[in-house]
Amino acid sequence: MSSIVEMFSYTFIVRAFIVGILISLCASLIGVSLVLRRNSMIGDGLSHVGFGAFAIATVLGIAPLEFAIPLVIVVSFLILRLNDNSKIHGDSAIAIISASSLAIGTFIISITKGVNTDINNYLFGSILSINEKDIIVSIILSIIVILLYVFSYNKIFAITFDERFAKSIGVKTDLYNMIFASLCSIVVVLGMRLMGSLLISSLIIFPTLSSMQLFKKFKSVIISSIIISIISFIVGLYISFIYATPTGATIVIANLIVFLLFKLLSIIRIKK
Amino acid sequence: MNLIELKNVTLGYENHIVLKDIDMTIDDKDFICIVGPNGSGKSTLVKGILGLIKPKKGKVIYNNLKQNFIGYMPQETKVDSSFPASVYEIVLSGTLNSMGLRSFYTKKEKDMADKNLKLLGIDKLKNKNFCDLSGGQRQKVLLARSLCATSKLLILDEPSNNLDTKSKQDLYKTLKELNENHGITIIMITHDLDHNNLIGNKILSLREDKIFFGSTEEFVKKVHHE
Repeated sequence: MSSIVEMFSYTFIVRAFIVGILISLCASLIGVSLVLRRNSMIGDGLSHVGFGAFAIATVLGIAPLEFAIPLVIVVSFLILRLNDNSKIHGDSAIAIISASSLAIGTFIISITKGVNTDINNYLFGSILSINEKDIIVSIILSIIVILLYVFSYNKIFAITFDERFAKSIGVKTDLYNMIFASLCSIVVVLGMRLMGSLLISSLIIFPTLSSMQLFKKFKSVIISSIIISIISFIVGLYISFIYATPTGATIVIANLIVFLLFKLLSIIRIKK
Repeated sequence: MNLIELKNVTLGYENHIVLKDIDMTIDDKDFICIVGPNGSGKSTLVKGILGLIKPKKGKVIYNNLKQNFIGYMPQETKVDSSFPASVYEIVLSGTLNSMGLRSFYTKKEKDMADKNLKLLGIDKLKNKNFCDLSGGQRQKVLLARSLCATSKLLILDEPSNNLDTKSKQDLYKTLKELNENHGITIIMITHDLDHNNLIGNKILSLREDKIFFGSTEEFVKKVHHE
């Protein structure tokens, strides 16, 4: 108990706690549609683009979030278009974009600053890097993500389940796909501070995959994902504080354990 | 009274034309079966009628019917075998076209979903997971969803594909009932050329340059002559 009190006596932990809970919530919301539309790799691709954008912003001395979010949104639209007119295969396109961004980011950081711990922070996240302004931006954007998601929920379900049908009854699928891509971009960029570019996509994918082992309704999967995501984050943050382990990695491991547990439960349930 | 008129419609994708200069009228309470070999443009025509692709030439005119109030059942909805969705969630999504700018379902939409579940005799499956259902049951769920979107016109793209004989006959019986007792106009793409299964009153046969559109009797006679 005393360790919990001690934990919250550090400002950076309180900041990470607020931002982390919001990000976990948003990531689990958008994760359900991403996973079910077999678009998980888009989250991964965007996080690498975010890395490149952060690197450029750092070197140019401009505000990283304000620079990275619009850039990543633009790239997400680009990926949507590539998926549509499939002359280049969707996943190859994402692979090219993400590898190039990673390369450009690393290149820029190393020629301007020499390779130092900065790269590590971007790749694996650092709760120390979250400042006051990040919190405000995160809170505002998270609220936008949550509201947009809640109000588009029924349409997002229809598009996720059957895009052709949704389009035939007049749902503006292109518009909602763009809204959705923007939400993904915002979540990825916000979450990168905490989880790092290499680990943020797991925050999007894991809770959904775990929930799908046990729940069979769309709404139940979403609610379960939110709960799993937030609990894994809190447990991960606490353990990383106690044992001084990297926060992002610890949160991913907490998610992995939940996944294995749910998988086991689903196997037991089938055998019964 | 007619619902839809196609006037001199040419349909295709990017640089290639699939169907040229189609003229046809879809009358109220028609049951039209569209037949033809693969690649003859059956699905393309349907997409044109639904407004999913724009005609390269000509016009599709909707009378007493809004374009987004057509109940469409796409060919083989590709659903991941682990997709978490209840029958009710899916059927409800068919009412989205009557929601306007509203975001949430009200009693009106829920009643509509319940009504159509009952009409097709699948109200007991309401809370079941879609992926646990048989092929025939799935088709009925998708049909119920389409019925939520329309009170006038259903367009079905090979609904009996991958169904066993019994489920197929069951589905055909349901469609006939919808057409005869509930006054719903139906357009159905089918591969099933067995004359007993050409259950509509009209046939549209697409075969390269030879397009036939007329009554089913006429079509059967013509086929026998050939």
